[in-house]
Amino acid sequence: MNRLMAFLPVAAFLILAVVMWRGLYLDSKELPSMLIDKPMPAFELTTVDDVSVNNELLPKEPFLLNVWGSYCLPCLVEHPTFMRLKESGEIPIVGVNYRDQQQLALNWLEDNGNPFEFSILDESGRFGIDLGVYGAPETYLVDSNGVIRYRHVSVLDEQVWREVFEPAIAELRSEEAAR
Amino acid sequence: MSLLKQIAPRTILFLSLVAFIGMGLPDAYAQVDTFEFESAEQQKRFRKLSDEFRCPMCQNTSLSGSTGGVAEDLRREVHRMIVEGMSDEEIEQFMFDRYGDFIFYKPRLTSQTVLLWFGPLLFLLLGAIVLINIWRKAGKLNSVQVSDELDGDDRRRLENLLAESRAQQSATDQTEDKN
Repeated sequence: MNRLMAFLPVAAFLILAVVMWRGLYLDSKELPSMLIDKPMPAFELTTVDDVSVNNELLPKEPFLLNVWGSYCLPCLVEHPTFMRLKESGEIPIVGVNYRDQQQLALNWLEDNGNPFEFSILDESGRFGIDLGVYGAPETYLVDSNGVIRYRHVSVLDEQVWREVFEPAIAELRSEEAAR
Repeated sequence: MSLLKQIAPRTILFLSLVAFIGMGLPDAYAQVDTFEFESAEQQKRFRKLSDEFRCPMCQNTSLSGSTGGVAEDLRREVHRMIVEGMSDEEIEQFMFDRYGDFIFYKPRLTSQTVLLWFGPLLFLLLGAIVLINIWRKAGKLNSVQVSDELDGDDRRRLENLLAESRAQQSATDQTEDKN
């Protein structure tokens, strides 16, 4: 018993070391979303093209909801991935134009190309608050019933697409097909 | 000219004193918003709440101290909710539903935050247990009676050693005298 007690400080040290080592590599910037497995918040807004939109007009299949802005440089980094997804028709993408100005948003889409089915205009950031957004870019995976299944904070590039979204979407689709 | 020389150091001293005192005031770094309230009490609640909520984007700043876009929006929401007559609890719930425990500088006591709240106490208790054990062991050592009487054999050995060293000492003294 006493022998074992002698190793207690070593064990305590090791446990603490492992916890702190892990802590060094945790990304404290990536906050868990409160909306996982909850329906998308209700909205009654317009698109950047001045067309009224609400929850009814969202795709009736799994889709991506991408929070973007013309001021947002990382959005340009992930933009080619969204353009490719749009061209291949892999999954519909709905945009949320977050805390931007309508004209700047329109110019941005004109200049860079428009990968979105439509972009919800959220100049005040009020819809963003309901989504729990804290800065563009963020991308949500939403299922056919309009329930949020996953949130990715920051750039969704090809690597994130391959490693995170592709498997998650495949799983979601097989889950929905089984229903 | 000489008057200016006289005044200048005092002015500088005064200004740095003002700046120094200013550093201690929490409001010195608060963002300036032009919100209007119906009463001083509402304004006080606004100050208190925006100090207690954490900016989700900039992590280590309160809503009141942050220049981040989302913090600006959230301050506006807090103001709106106060003026609409919502209670502090309702406002906290609103924030929690969207941003989770992260938004609180003082997290709520739930099954997930128990360790956060009482972890330090746990470590204090552990430390106390270790300390008490050490004291008790030390106490036991002190209370053990150790006799300083030598037994017969040891006494004889000691006397022999003393006699030997005395003989050596007198021998060296004699040689020194001859020199």
